[in-house]
Amino acid sequence: MEVVQLQRSFVEYMDSLFREGFLDAQFSQLQQLQDDSNPDFVVEVVSLFFEDSERLLNDLTMALDQPNVDFKQVDAHVHQLKGSSSSVGAQRVKNCCIPFRNCCEEQNTEACLRCLQQIKQEYLLVKNKLQTLFDLEQQIVAAGGAIPMVQ
Amino acid sequence: MGMAQELHVLAVDDSLVDRKVIERLLKISCCKVTAVESGRRALQYLGLDGEKSSMGIDGLKVNLILTDYSMPGMTGYELLKKIKESSALSKIPVVIMSSEKILPRIDRCLEEGAEEFLLKPVKLSDVKRLRDFILRGEGDDDKLTDKKIKEACSRKRKFQDDSTTQVTAHDIESSPESSASSESQQQKQSKIG
Repeated sequence: MEVVQLQRSFVEYMDSLFREGFLDAQFSQLQQLQDDSNPDFVVEVVSLFFEDSERLLNDLTMALDQPNVDFKQVDAHVHQLKGSSSSVGAQRVKNCCIPFRNCCEEQNTEACLRCLQQIKQEYLLVKNKLQTLFDLEQQIVAAGGAIPMVQ
Repeated sequence: MGMAQELHVLAVDDSLVDRKVIERLLKISCCKVTAVESGRRALQYLGLDGEKSSMGIDGLKVNLILTDYSMPGMTGYELLKKIKESSALSKIPVVIMSSEKILPRIDRCLEEGAEEFLLKPVKLSDVKRLRDFILRGEGDDDKLTDKKIKEACSRKRKFQDDSTTQVTAHDIESSPESSASSESQQQKQSKIG
């Protein structure tokens, strides 16, 4: 595909991610921190976010699977997930954490499990979207083009 | 001003993602960064944990400690207290970061001697402002002015309403600006609750 077409697809895709609320201004902030001296910064941070989230989602699954659920522990995990999703601009994931914390406070296992399901879905969605975005970036670079700055 | 001074910042955060971001924010603002994952590690680095201080040499002097509030083991508040209780380190400015805007928490930190309380996610503009403030303080003979600002700030805190999201010793100087930006911040932040 031509560089210009790739770049256009990239910009449109990025726009849609913001419009649909998958990403928020914090993601743009991360992009602004990337430059020639740190060309992979966003990918690196997002990769850390993926690792962190997957660990936390596993921990949450296990914690909610206990006969006596430790809601403080569950809440602590959700708090961490909220923090890291907020730091990378993964808005929908972050927003799922708020009702989740409420369910922890109410010590409602069923509700927590529903929240966990929701977060897992949102996480997988945003992971998929970001990977698509990074793939597009790689294609642009491979075709000799520059990655457009999307404000 | 005009001094090509590189600040050395000790960043403390249990989140790997946040450490990476804060490190980049600081480096891009021309600061040297040492990032650690806990209050205990921070104290070790500063030489307060019975270990030999890594700060023996002037070159490694820490100009600012930027710490997360909610950390397992030792909170940012507890770390702040330990630093302010130490004669060797109490002069180092400490800034607390938190994703939660809990006013009693903010008050407690400021009263314990924190320079500022930043709401996460921390932005480049926050870091730049911090750096400028510290640079001014480093070369400044008039430490009394800063102290006065802080005292006025804690008095002001008692009257401040919910519309302020950043609480700094500079609210007094830059209040028209900060209330304008904190209005839009408030709208954005109210979702996070």
